[in-house]
Amino acid sequence: MAFLLALPVYYGIQDLRDDGNLARLANNLFSGVSNGSIWALIAIGYTLVYGIIELINFAHGDNFMIGSFVSFSLYGTLGLTLATGTLGLVGGLLVCLLVAMAVCGTLNVMIERVGYRPLRNAPKLAPLITAVGFSFILQNVGIVWLGGSQRSVPDLINAQHVIVTPLGVAITNADVLAIAVTAPLVVLVTAFISRSRIGKAMRATAQDPEAARLMGINVDTTISFTFLLGGMLAGAAGLVYALYQTSIWYFQGFTAGLIAFTAAVMGGIGNIRGAVLGGLIIGCIQQISDNRIGAEWTPVVVFAYLIVIMVFRPRGLLGEETREAG
Amino acid sequence: MSGALSGLRGRVSPNLVIAVVVLTAAAIFPLFRPPLDGFVDDCILALAYVVMALGLNIVVGFAGLLDLGYVAFYAFGAYTVGWFSSDFFNKVNGEKGVHVLAGSFPSSLPGIHLNFLLILVVAVVLAASAGVVIGLPTLRLRGDYIAIVTLAFGEIIGRFAVNGADINISGYKLTNGRQAISPVDQIDLPGIKEFDSAFSLRPYYWFILALVAFVLFVNFRLRDSRLGRAWIAIREDEVAAASMGIPLVKTKLFAYATGGALGGMAGAFLGAYFNSVQANVFQFGFSIFILAMIILGGLGSIWGVVIGAVSLSFINSYFIPDVFNSVPSKLGLDFDLTQLSFGIFGFLIVLMMILRPEGLLPERRRKMELTEGVGSDESVYEVRA
Repeated sequence: MAFLLALPVYYGIQDLRDDGNLARLANNLFSGVSNGSIWALIAIGYTLVYGIIELINFAHGDNFMIGSFVSFSLYGTLGLTLATGTLGLVGGLLVCLLVAMAVCGTLNVMIERVGYRPLRNAPKLAPLITAVGFSFILQNVGIVWLGGSQRSVPDLINAQHVIVTPLGVAITNADVLAIAVTAPLVVLVTAFISRSRIGKAMRATAQDPEAARLMGINVDTTISFTFLLGGMLAGAAGLVYALYQTSIWYFQGFTAGLIAFTAAVMGGIGNIRGAVLGGLIIGCIQQISDNRIGAEWTPVVVFAYLIVIMVFRPRGLLGEETREAG
Repeated sequence: MSGALSGLRGRVSPNLVIAVVVLTAAAIFPLFRPPLDGFVDDCILALAYVVMALGLNIVVGFAGLLDLGYVAFYAFGAYTVGWFSSDFFNKVNGEKGVHVLAGSFPSSLPGIHLNFLLILVVAVVLAASAGVVIGLPTLRLRGDYIAIVTLAFGEIIGRFAVNGADINISGYKLTNGRQAISPVDQIDLPGIKEFDSAFSLRPYYWFILALVAFVLFVNFRLRDSRLGRAWIAIREDEVAAASMGIPLVKTKLFAYATGGALGGMAGAFLGAYFNSVQANVFQFGFSIFILAMIILGGLGSIWGVVIGAVSLSFINSYFIPDVFNSVPSKLGLDFDLTQLSFGIFGFLIVLMMILRPEGLLPERRRKMELTEGVGSDESVYEVRA
């Protein structure tokens, strides 16, 4: 755990020596949290699916990419431009959010139905490969849809506009948006899974699908529902990402998927709070590394952190015993 | 090669006949094609991927350790050939270079130039040590946590390859990054005329075919050895294996090292064949490509893995670009399929997996687990005898 703090503490001391305050580090950490909240949304999808059928859903990141593309296309349909008034903008984006969530949720359920369900009794790694296949298919859809290069998105929310700077931390519109979308969704999903009847069915299926079936739980429906939930969160993340980065392309899902999967494992796969924590931590590491070490080394720093965490906490930060191990 | 084993038992199995026929046909077919044939080129790639897939199969198929960072070994092999058989270290020995049994042409160039057989040895040692290093942190982990740690290693190595141009070690860069290390020497074997891929691809083809035959032999012998049985025991039940006295640490590290060594071998060959080592290829997608080959072929089944590697490689480098994309023009339609090739590749993977979930040619032991009670116990003894 002490290792986790090594990077921030080191640069904190450096900041204190150079500038006499911690503003730069605080800025890094804050934008890390807002950036990481997007990873957290995607990571929850990974962790839910892994928790229930022990599958690394490689198509999940590309599903998130489709979410971004859907939102981008909806701007045109809804007539959202830079000139749209605040009220219209909020309403329009809300529609975008709901549609993106619906599309990605449905897409995820369909992929599960076609690609994973027929392989439920197959060797454990077989669905992993269909997931890779679907990831390729979705990427190809992305290429055909918006071309093979980066596409800039209208900066509808004026993302880099600084609202306030308490204690030298610049809070931009993008940060507010990311946190305002992520936090309620995370709270909702957590509450849903711990309180609702179907959430209980999900937890039961995750623990022991056979026993759950014997207790009268419809395992297939429950699994479909898990994919729906994960897909919806990926769709939301897609919209936030498009507004936040103001640039999208077909390959974004691959990179984001890798990061989000790393986040899910770092936090302890199968654990929602762990996925959120992992996402936020990775966001912070990325920001610090981008800002201080150089963006080209960021993946090395992130993955080195992951390896060290795995060595000292083999089940992730908040991980519990998995079914396989128990 | 499995034939070689049944031969030891004193009878000729149909497998032996098939293996001999296939190998002979494979060996003579380039003579009927032009020396610079594109199809021979596809075959060379496919065979190099067979070596890699057989290596990964040891880690994932035999020992059951999911490795998502196999591309790291490709990188180690390719950079071995890039470093030690080009003018990359152009200032060594007062710009005269170091030459060990190098061919006549490279002997006059600056830089380090080793004979390709030495390169193979260095690549194997380097990749095997990398395998041990990658294996160490995963020893305490289980299941898919191993996958993510190996993935992390693969990504880190890939990053170092790309950013290596910025790292300076006593006057030399680590790699050339996205600018390739090129030209790399052609393969030069003692007693044979130097290979030249500009005139004929056949020597490269026969070389990699011989390498595949050797690696197949090693794989069969390993699988039936004490070590191979220990790997399979760990895959089936780690706790039970440990209580039967199998040293987990040693056995697992051997799996990583052997698998890595084969990856390094294939990597070195590909580096020499392409005449250049370029950092862009060492990406996660490549690990997944090789993993798809072995799962599609049949995890743990040596012939299955060969079939999986050959078929995926051909779909990727021959079927989609050469055959499939010409379909619309043959039908008289003006429609470009090249844009869809990525998706078609994905679609074919999904289709093959759903139709044959246990792989194209499943391992016999695994097949029996999946169809419990159908297979007779007798055949187990026959296979393992």
